Formats: sequence, C-alpha cells, structure tokens
Amino acid sequence: MMAGMTAPHPSRTAGQKNDTTLGHIVYVLKDNPVTMLAFAMLAFFMGCALFGPLLVPYDPLATNAARALEAPSWDHWFGTDNLGRDVFSRVVIATRLDLTISVAAVALSFVIGSILGSITGYWGGWLDAVLNRLLDTIMAFPLFVLAMGVVAALGNTIENIIYATAIINIPFYARLVRAEVNIRRNAGFAQAAKLAGNSDLRVLAVHIFPNALPPMMVQVSLNLGWAILNAAGLSFIGLGVRPPTPEWGIMVAEGANFIVSGEWWMAVFPGLWLMLAVFTFNLLGDGLRDIVDPRKRT
Amino acid sequence: MSPRSKMILGRVAQAIPVVMGVVVISFLLTRALPGDPAAYFAGPAADEASIAEIREALGLDKSLFQQFFFYVGDLVRGDLGTSLTTGQTVTSDLAARLPASLELTLVALLLSCAIAIPLGVLAATRPGTWVDHLCRVLVTAGVSMPTFFTGIALIYVFYYIAGLAPSPLGRLDFIYLSPQHVTGFYLIDAALAGDLETWIAALKQLILPATTLALFTLAPIARMTRAAMLSALSADFIRTARAAGLGSRKILYGYAFRNALLPVVTTLGMVFSFTLGANVLVEKVFAWPGIGSYAVEALVVSDYAAVQGFVLAMALLFVVLNLIIDIAYALIDPRIGLK
Repeated sequence: MMAGMTAPHPSRTAGQKNDTTLGHIVYVLKDNPVTMLAFAMLAFFMGCALFGPLLVPYDPLATNAARALEAPSWDHWFGTDNLGRDVFSRVVIATRLDLTISVAAVALSFVIGSILGSITGYWGGWLDAVLNRLLDTIMAFPLFVLAMGVVAALGNTIENIIYATAIINIPFYARLVRAEVNIRRNAGFAQAAKLAGNSDLRVLAVHIFPNALPPMMVQVSLNLGWAILNAAGLSFIGLGVRPPTPEWGIMVAEGANFIVSGEWWMAVFPGLWLMLAVFTFNLLGDGLRDIVDPRKRT
Repeated sequence: MSPRSKMILGRVAQAIPVVMGVVVISFLLTRALPGDPAAYFAGPAADEASIAEIREALGLDKSLFQQFFFYVGDLVRGDLGTSLTTGQTVTSDLAARLPASLELTLVALLLSCAIAIPLGVLAATRPGTWVDHLCRVLVTAGVSMPTFFTGIALIYVFYYIAGLAPSPLGRLDFIYLSPQHVTGFYLIDAALAGDLETWIAALKQLILPATTLALFTLAPIARMTRAAMLSALSADFIRTARAAGLGSRKILYGYAFRNALLPVVTTLGMVFSFTLGANVLVEKVFAWPGIGSYAVEALVVSDYAAVQGFVLAMALLFVVLNLIIDIAYALIDPRIGLK
C-alpha cells in the first residue's frame, strides 16, 4: 500500500524530511483531536465486541420476573426490560453481533466491488457498459427497500441480512475502484511495469489497484456506519435477527412498546449505543479523509 | 428539434434500460421465493393435484424465460398479484396507501429544506464561525441517527413527558372522521372541505413523524448547500459582480444562491431515495398507514406478492422522480443545450 501511495502522488511535501505515512498520520492526528476521539471510541467498541461477554454483570438471556421493568439503578445501570433481563448486559453483548454483521457485509462488498471495478476499469468495453447499467439499476432502488426485498426473497436469516447489506453497498465500491483504475490504466508507472514483463493481471493487482485503497478506506469507514444502521433497521422491522438474541434494533423495537407508558430506558439505551457506534464510524471516515486527502479537509 | 428537447428525449431514453433492469431484478426477487411458490399460493391445506393445478395456472411449469414474459404482461396490465392478508389486489392496496406515504415524505422534505438550506447558506457565508461548526455537528449527528430511534425519542419527549403531541397512532385521531377523499392528502382534502378542525388535527399527527424524517435528511441537504454555496461564491462571476459594485444581498441571493441551487436540487433526488427507505421505519414507529407499514406487515406474515409489489413500486417511483428532476433541471437551467 505504501509503495502504491508514493507512486502516483509526486510527493506533495517533498521539502520535508522524515515524510513517512506514519509521520503524516501522527501529524494530522495531533491537529485533529476529534479523530483521536473517534479512534478511542472505535477501540472501546472493539473491546466490547471482543471481551463483552466476559465483562457484563448479568447473563443477557436470564429472565427475572421479580425485577421486571425497573428503572436504571446501581444494580442495573440501564434498567431491566419487561422480562427482567439486564439492559446493560444485553446492549454490550449485542455489540459483537452488530459489528460482525456490518464488518462482514462491508468486507463482502469491498471484495466484490474491487474485483468488478478493477476489471471494468482496466479493460473497459462491453463489460464496462453492462456493469454500469447493472449498478444503475441497483442504485435505482431505494437501498433500504431493496435490502428488504432481498431478505424477503432469500429468507429471513442473519446471513441474508449480510448479503442484502453487501449488495446495496457494492455499487459504491465498484464505482470508486473503476474510476481510480481507469485514470491510471495508461499511466507511466503502469506502462513501465508492463514493459518490464508483468502480465496485465499483475499490473492491475499489484501496481494499479493499491492506489484505490486510500479513498476506499474512507468509504469503508463511512459504510460501516451505514451498514450498522441498515442491519439495525432491518431487525427493527422484524427481519434477520430474532428475539431473544440481543441486538440493538430489536431492543429498540421491544422498548418502543413501553415508551408510551414511560419506561424509556428499554429503548433509549440501545438506541443511544447504536447511535454512538454509527457516529464513531462517521467521525472516523471524516478523519481518515483528512489523512488520505488533505485537499478535502473542511 | 431544439437542443433542449433533444436533451430531454435523451434523458427519457436513458431511463428505459434502468426501468427494464428494475423489472428484471424484481422478477428475480419474485422467483427467488423460499420454497415452492405454487405450494405457497395453494395454502397449507392443498394436496398434490391442486398444487400442480396452481403451478400450471401461475405458469410456473414454463421456462424461466417464458415466465418472465408472463410477468411483464401482468405488470403492463397493472397486476401485481393478490395480497394474502388483505385479500385485495396489491395494486389497489398500494394505491390506497400511497397518498399517506407521499404526504409524510413531502412534508418532511419541505420541513428539511426550510431548515437545511438557510443553515447551509449561513455556514458558507461565515466559514469558521459558530454557525459553521453548528452546521457540521448537526450534519454528522444527523447522519448517525437511526430514524426509528429518533422517532421513539420524540414520542417520549413530546407525547409522554410534554403531552403536546397526540398519541402516535396513524394519520388522524379516532374522534375525527377522515376528510372526503379527493387527493388522499389529508391536509389538502381537509382544506378543500373547509374543515379547519380536522386540518389542525391532521397536522398535529403529522408533525412528529415528519420531524423525524426531516432530521434524517437535514444532513445531506445542508452539507450540499454549504459546498455548492462555497464554490459558487468563489466563482469568477461573483468577483466580477462584486467589482461592479453590486450589493451583497443581490450577489448572495441573485447570483450565488441561484447557481448553488442546481446541485442542491440534484441532491434532493438522492435524499428522496433515502427518505423512501427511512419511511418504512418511521411509518412503523408512528403506526402511519402508508405503503411502508403495509410492506412491513406483509413481511411479518410472509405475504411475498405484497412485498415484491412494494419494492417494484418504490423503485419505479424513484426512477420517475429522478427523471422529473432532471427534466426540470433542463427547463430551469438556461445553459443546458447551449454547450
């Protein structure tokens, strides 16, 4: 990735010494405490996902009818739900599932989008035209609605939520990679690599494609946020994850029934947690954009 | 033929392959139904013979290619199948519920534009000030908010605590009769009937769901307005206008804003797509009787014809809307067709 990054950007900051990628990142981060905060929050959510089950005070599935619908207290930080389950434990445990769904979906669309975008950007021709029409068609659907349709058609499981979320995100990656590959397919360094005896595939994969990675990282980060929202939205309307599995969307949906009678904690805490996770990825995306492309800094 | 009408015809021609693609995808989604559709449509009590009969009646014994032509034929006749839950045709169900969704979406978009566009203009004219920072925070927070959660939070604050909003159940409180059906938009129908009381009641029901949707769409509109205004303000013709001594108000609204409006209108098309998706969630939260909640109810009981009809209708609605925006664009912008 570093070799790729240095090739096409005829060093903008050539005057400075020690101009490594790491140095640049440290420099930008020092300037931008918000991005640092975003990284800290990301670490927090990763910690919850990895170690959550070891840390939570209660079993997320254990019901306790005697202590149902209790407001937040020292025993139950986020209160208890209508079955007496601890909302805090459930919210923390759900982190792993929600992050897994969004990471898996984004990884799938990243890989498929990269392959489609690279091929069409490099070779062009009728393949390019066909793919463009196909992507136009996918984008013609309101994306959440298409995801609903896909899950309805494929069946109501967590894997299908992942596939649906991946499908609606593929166009963004394919378009991005196609554009990045297309402008470089006849660049000097690509031609040099080819003259040196590399095959088309190798030039594409090793020399041209890595240039698309920095802008894609930004896309990945923003997309992770959307993917979480999308998955939570689908489970909110009863698709994918099923109760009693703890998941943020379902917990908000269950809490919604109690909000009109004043038991706010059941819906508010999972909702806030979800919002914070999405917010983290959005901040991270903006921060990464600063690192990757200083010109787009706002 | 004038270059402008040529451009409009070209744009219409571009929409045709997309519409065809949408139909193909929706056909594939229909055929990907889990299990045997014939057994599904026959119901749980059917025996082998009746399933085979239904398979023949549905054309499922034909090749996929032939089935596609039957499907397109049905679509042309406006036949999307029959909903298992309501017993009505999907087309009539969707038509009956569409005005509720459109009313909600349009009011939300109007509300959102009324806040986001001035905010974007203010942020662009005063970069680096508190307005700019407020705009950026709102933008990032807005895109991070799950609509279903915002809706629930608003219900809690304005219905449960403050008691200002009516109970979040549908388009009109049950003590009122719905206004006589003219357009299906309650606000318009009540106004036409001259019934102020019903109009206010309908507006009260509408405010919270519309605000929820508006908060969600605030971000892209404000962000786009800010960016478009910044680039318009740095253009040469603004410098010329300033040099010619025009007033700042004239420059800002007469020159910069009119030019910045074009990308904002394009963004509105994209925002409309988000809103159609978010509509589904908001309608569920507020028990709003639109096509979104219809689709959710259908999903829960595996009423696939209704879901597929909904997906197709939404996609076609969106394609047509984008077409209208692009054509409006060609009619408004005097530069188009001159290049």
